[in-house]
Amino acid sequence: MKKDIILSGVGGQGILSIATIIGEAAVKAGLTLKQAEVHGMSQRGGDVQSNLRLSDDTIYSDLISMGGADMILSLEPMEALRYLPYLNKEGWIITSSAPFKNIPDYPEDAALQDELKALPHVVAVDVETLAQENRMPKCANVILLGAAARYMGILSDNELRDAVGRVFASKGNAVVEMNRRAFDVGYAAVSAL
Amino acid sequence: MEKQLLLGDEAIALGALHADIAGVYAYPGTPSTEITEYIQRSPLSRERRLHSTWCTNEKTAMEAALGMSYAGCRSIVCMKHVGLNVAADAFVNSAMTGVNGGLIIVVADDPSMHSSQNEQDSRFYGKFALMPILEPSSQQEAYDMMEYGFELSECEKLPVLMRIVTRMAHSRASVSVKSEAMPVHRLPYAKNPAGWVLLPANARRKYDALVDQQVRLQQLASEAPFTQIRPSGADASVMGIIACGIGYNYVMEVDGKKARHNVLKISQYPLPADKIRQLAEMCSEILVVEDGQPFVEEQVKALLGADIVVKGRLTRHLPRTGELTPDNVSGAMGVQTESVYSQAKYVVPRPPALCQGCGHRDVYAALNEVIKEYPDARVFSDIGCYTLGALPPFRAIDTCVDMGASITMAKGAADAGLFPAVAVIGDSTFTHSGMTGLLDAVNDKARITVIISDNLTTAMTGGQDSAGTNKFEAICLGLGVEPEHVHVVVPLPKNMDEITRIIREEIEYDGVSVIIPRRECIQTLNRKLKQKRAEKK
Repeated sequence: MKKDIILSGVGGQGILSIATIIGEAAVKAGLTLKQAEVHGMSQRGGDVQSNLRLSDDTIYSDLISMGGADMILSLEPMEALRYLPYLNKEGWIITSSAPFKNIPDYPEDAALQDELKALPHVVAVDVETLAQENRMPKCANVILLGAAARYMGILSDNELRDAVGRVFASKGNAVVEMNRRAFDVGYAAVSAL
Repeated sequence: MEKQLLLGDEAIALGALHADIAGVYAYPGTPSTEITEYIQRSPLSRERRLHSTWCTNEKTAMEAALGMSYAGCRSIVCMKHVGLNVAADAFVNSAMTGVNGGLIIVVADDPSMHSSQNEQDSRFYGKFALMPILEPSSQQEAYDMMEYGFELSECEKLPVLMRIVTRMAHSRASVSVKSEAMPVHRLPYAKNPAGWVLLPANARRKYDALVDQQVRLQQLASEAPFTQIRPSGADASVMGIIACGIGYNYVMEVDGKKARHNVLKISQYPLPADKIRQLAEMCSEILVVEDGQPFVEEQVKALLGADIVVKGRLTRHLPRTGELTPDNVSGAMGVQTESVYSQAKYVVPRPPALCQGCGHRDVYAALNEVIKEYPDARVFSDIGCYTLGALPPFRAIDTCVDMGASITMAKGAADAGLFPAVAVIGDSTFTHSGMTGLLDAVNDKARITVIISDNLTTAMTGGQDSAGTNKFEAICLGLGVEPEHVHVVVPLPKNMDEITRIIREEIEYDGVSVIIPRRECIQTLNRKLKQKRAEKK
């Protein structure tokens, strides 16, 4: 079994934290993983992505092939679409529906939404609004991870939830609890869809 | 043994720590920075009192490490590929002197130029200097190669170049590591001046010995545990593949289970000619898969001649430029990967930009305001966050070439009569390679205006200490800039009138002037505030 995930978003949104949590869960579950990150120039408000590969077998390549990704997990809708050529036929897009507009020529909201809706396997969650409503403004990324948990397959939602706790453990109980709650908010949001 | 999830950079750092280094010497540069940062954070580093503070540039780093080697200790030097150009004088000559304590120079290349000005391949430097080269294919190998590399260095009495690429440096994988570091061991100081004083008579002798040593180094590369031939399982092999460094992973992604091809894995140089010949006897054509430039491909062609077809980047079976990907390697092996979905219609580029609230923004706003009065003005800039001033909305700079080139290019242009010639350079870049150029300008009384945009850190690479912090006025005065033409300003919108007035006056001055806009990087400032809040809690 394998799961190839492309994580995407805008520099500073927190995709690497999502990668860290999934990585932690994968190591604990005895899976092999490789995760290619982007550092440096691209982080200053530019687009960022990370290739995360999980498997119960040997993984050679650090990068995912065209048409090879099982999931695109994105904190921004246009950034989800950027990696479409990497998605496989049965692959899912789990994305935040809130556009991050820091460029002058950002596409029309309606056009972007239509393009997303036209795809067969898309879950778009307004994680930003959920984060505001639940008074956890910095947890949009963990809410998205919760939403993705139902589609992860190779890792159970409990394995991911436990990993959230371990990753934030050094920041104290309050932070752990808030992030666990954020995970559950995301998880519940998808079942409501 | 225990398992740890490590970036390639971190695996190298931990491998070096476990191999008992006494110091790391480095200047930050993507994608090499995390090696030194990992060592700086490591408890072992404090326990053993390792040297790990940042150096002013790659040359000072390389020379200090050579000094440490002279004194009998192991050390590593880390830099990005273009940093090796700066360190090259010391690097090449360190193979001439040889080493005492083990010395590994880790250089991170950046094919596809994710954050660099070129994609030069450091293996050419290794060959040029006649130095053994290691090129790990995985994070595990990167860790294991540090101990191996130090032994190689001390046995052969030579520095060793470890070449990695971005996808190795910045990719995380599970690595089996030792539970503790080797005990501290120190060699006696070097004492043979005939080997360390490179006067021509000594240097000739050393060079002959180094050339003679190459046969043995090649033999070692052939016998290295990282060099392997994985034979094909098929009756008739389709192809022989020479897979170098992480190129091996892309090859095995396609052929790991099928084993249709004979695969020679190369992770150490000089290129083992016997292994290449052995592979050639097993097949009728060879594909060379290497990240970077066609370093191995050229050598294999020369070695095997016209008897066998050699494919690679030169023959365009792989792209001539850019990094290897699973897709282009797979394609070269005759297996096309395909997209199911085509590129989305409504996706536009999202380039990086200067942070909101960044002082460089105010510097460019002021500079643009003044410059528009001078249609012939040119702004020579440099390497750092402020290079982003080239993009809209500022479009404020005309050049960016190499560390320090802003001042010297402005000077050369001014020598040729260009007016006004303005240089924009960051604080860390100025101490890295700008100071000597400023001295040239002072000595020639060149008509240039130098802006040292000081944000008190090396920001682009993530906020490392900057060597010149609190010393810039003293450095400029010491180099001979006249006191009345050294100005410090605070780049904030409310000070715009003062800043534009000073820039205007100094552009009109017929000589060297330095303006230092100084305000802390917004990223490091926020990080510090966050830390303070956390400590209060």
